[in-house]
Amino acid sequence: MAKITLDDLRHAYGENPERPEDYALQQLDITFEDGGAYALLGPSGCGKTTLLNIISGLLTPSHGEVLFDDEDVTGLAPDQRHIAQVFQFPVVYDTMSVYDNLAFPLRNRGVPEADVDKKVREIAAMIDLEDTLMNRASGLTADGKQKISLGRGLVRSDVNVIMFDEPLTVIDPHLKWQLRSKLKELHQRVKRTMIYVTHDQTEALTFADKVVVMNVGEVVQIGTPVELFETPGHEFVGHFIGSPGMNILDCEVKGGQAFLHGQPIATSNAGALKDGAEGPLRLGVRPEFVSLSETDGIAADVVKVSDSGRYQIVETRVGDMPVKLLVNEGIEIPTGKTALSFRADRTRVYRDGWLVAGGAEA
Amino acid sequence: MNAKKTAGWLVPSLYILFLMLPIYWLINMSFKTTNEILGSFTLYPQEFTLDNYITIFTDPTWYMGYVNSIAYVTLNTAISVAVALPAAYAFSRYRFIGDKHLFFWLLTNRMAPPAVFALPFFQLYSAVGLFDTHIAVALAHTLFNIPLAVWILEGFMSGVPRELDETAYVDGHSFWSFFGKIFIPTIAAGIGVACFFCFMFSWVELLLAKTLTAVEAKPIAATMTKTASSSGYELGLLAAAGTLTIIPGAFVIYFVRNYIAKGFALGRV
Amino acid sequence: MNKLQNNKAWLFVLPVFALVAFNAIIPLMTVVNYSVQETFGNNEFFWAGVIWFQDILQSERFHASLGRQAIFTASILAIEMPLGVAIALTMPRKGPWVSVCLVLMALPLLIPWNVVGAMWNIFALPDIGFLGHMLNAIGFDFNFTRQPGDAWFTLILMDVWHWTSLVVLLAYAGLSSIPDAYYQAAKIDGAGSWAIFRYIQLPKLSRVLTIAFLLRFMDSFMIYTEPFVLTGGGPGNSTTLLSIDLVKIALGQFDLGPAAAMSLIYFLIILLLSWVFYTVMTRNEEQ
Repeated sequence: MAKITLDDLRHAYGENPERPEDYALQQLDITFEDGGAYALLGPSGCGKTTLLNIISGLLTPSHGEVLFDDEDVTGLAPDQRHIAQVFQFPVVYDTMSVYDNLAFPLRNRGVPEADVDKKVREIAAMIDLEDTLMNRASGLTADGKQKISLGRGLVRSDVNVIMFDEPLTVIDPHLKWQLRSKLKELHQRVKRTMIYVTHDQTEALTFADKVVVMNVGEVVQIGTPVELFETPGHEFVGHFIGSPGMNILDCEVKGGQAFLHGQPIATSNAGALKDGAEGPLRLGVRPEFVSLSETDGIAADVVKVSDSGRYQIVETRVGDMPVKLLVNEGIEIPTGKTALSFRADRTRVYRDGWLVAGGAEA
Repeated sequence: MNAKKTAGWLVPSLYILFLMLPIYWLINMSFKTTNEILGSFTLYPQEFTLDNYITIFTDPTWYMGYVNSIAYVTLNTAISVAVALPAAYAFSRYRFIGDKHLFFWLLTNRMAPPAVFALPFFQLYSAVGLFDTHIAVALAHTLFNIPLAVWILEGFMSGVPRELDETAYVDGHSFWSFFGKIFIPTIAAGIGVACFFCFMFSWVELLLAKTLTAVEAKPIAATMTKTASSSGYELGLLAAAGTLTIIPGAFVIYFVRNYIAKGFALGRV
Repeated sequence: MNKLQNNKAWLFVLPVFALVAFNAIIPLMTVVNYSVQETFGNNEFFWAGVIWFQDILQSERFHASLGRQAIFTASILAIEMPLGVAIALTMPRKGPWVSVCLVLMALPLLIPWNVVGAMWNIFALPDIGFLGHMLNAIGFDFNFTRQPGDAWFTLILMDVWHWTSLVVLLAYAGLSSIPDAYYQAAKIDGAGSWAIFRYIQLPKLSRVLTIAFLLRFMDSFMIYTEPFVLTGGGPGNSTTLLSIDLVKIALGQFDLGPAAAMSLIYFLIILLLSWVFYTVMTRNEEQ
């Protein structure tokens, strides 16, 4: 059990990296608290697997340090770091029984057979495999195999962190949900640090207490699911998390006042921005916080209405910019011209992609 | 770690050295004069000569041997793979009456010693008037190459999900347009490996090739054995002819070099 | 994969069936025909029943050839299989040298069999061959044309030279198709290199090794050209393997009846053994 600290970490796959583009992983500092459930979320190619492999020791970073508690483990091999990992495609030892699979990591470490037996049975019960203990592991379904992979991590008492690399990729859709809640339940029981890598926001948000959102080799935000939803720290987070994603609209800011398509609009943080700031300025607001208003507001045209079951998704246009909003079922949507109102405390200005700091945070 | 890295190149290097030594010796001999070969033990040619090669390239009984060999090997590879493709497709996609028995029977022919078939083949191909033709050898070699090609291709095809076929039909492809435009490119690696094995086993086989030919279609390998016995022990000439038989094989390997690592796993591991 | 029932698939198999049937059934009938008849020349044949089969099965000459054949096949399998796997294991997985290595290793496989025989003859000759000369130079009395032991040594070394690469290539292909995750998982589980070999590599190689074993078994059991060119079956009969013996009887002495009976017995032995090996080696997979 340990706190994991990544200190001034960077990684490049090529030799002699010079420009920022040479790095698969940009400079980052993260601390994973002991016993936490974390998710690394991002689209494929964002560097999350690279980061995972650096933590597990399969890769050595080109700069910076990995600390387990306060011990520098940057140079240590995976087996010396006391970690466990569940891979994208199930890894089981085909010729062994489920029992022998679970016992394998303990036997390799010379644990006495009596202790092995006790531990294996305890863990098998925890992951619902006690009935199939004597079966050949190769005969199990994909979710059973992933449970074995996880079980091989759980049997060891010395594990600092259990890592999951897109573990539900090959699981049947109707079993995904089951396995996901099983993982959550196990985390609460064993209180081990778990890091879960995925590109699926639902998996990340339901599993993790804290989510690390990554994009093109960069950590864009670390926060609880609620924080990511309510206060996206970067346009990417707003857009990537949520369905549909955050509206991102070009805007202007003059004297601490934001203007959308020439019309003034109340925001929570425009006041913190000085005039003449560089970088494109954009307004971010989630569809959940935009509503139709017949009296006053930003003039817009309704383009399309679609039904998602729980609410209606209304696509409108402000000038040539598309704005989506959510409206409850059963409410009549006007056609043609309408007006939109934006909830001021959830409407924010982003400069060069990043949230402008300051202002009245909700 | 260092000891492991050393073994990483030491063992393969030693093995390759062992493989190259006899080949080097053959090439070495091919550039020597008969006098030097019989007279002394030399590690490299003292009197370097191209005479052996000149003899081969100017005497039609020699160089036609190469032409004949390449002719029937190419013919055999083309026939074997062409008929094996639809058959392998049938085995990998459908169940039909007698499919398992047929597949097993095909494979049993891979286990038939050429020595067993030499005499009956001679009689059969003489009876149908094909004796001493390229097509006779090409057809005879299909005995063991077709089963092998079907087996290899079936392995590769079974690794291709049937959804691919179904999607193509939904997209409006006819069977043959699907087979030619989509399926064959998908299993190109498998076809490469099958061609490699067909070429290999047809190129190296001699007993049947020699039995089924006399003059017109005589393979280079048979020319070599005849020469070795009839015109005395001309080792230099023999070595030069042998060296030249390595070249087509080297070419073929060069073409399939990218398939070797993955393709030889025969589709499904 | 679930296959569809479709008897029209026979149409796809028909060309293969026709070609192989032409090549297999007619000659096989000829052999069966000869095996039950007696001939005194002039194309006159008489019914002989199973007499040739009895003769062959009881003949000491056949037993001796079969024994030599069994020793030869067992020896080369015992050397080539482990050696091939060992070389494949030590080979690097990536890098520019890999394809150079593979191409050089595949080279012996594509040399015509009589050239292999001739090459090894020249290579092993005691006076002017590299191998023979060197062995004699370091104090061995080596002469494979005179001494049966030396002939066997050369024969087996030649086959190892010729065919180990097939095992290497298949094993290497099998190894490179094992996903990295398996090695990473094993590392994390604290497995040593023996455990990795025993529990990951060997199980994943079982299919390609079954293929390699069967191919090597069949081909070594049928071997004719290479030993014929190298030793001609000698000195004496010491390296006369089954095929060499068969050709001597059939084409040398023109004893068609016994040769045909021997052919069938020979063929059946290969079929039977291949089936036994296949069944035993794939039994684990089906469980």
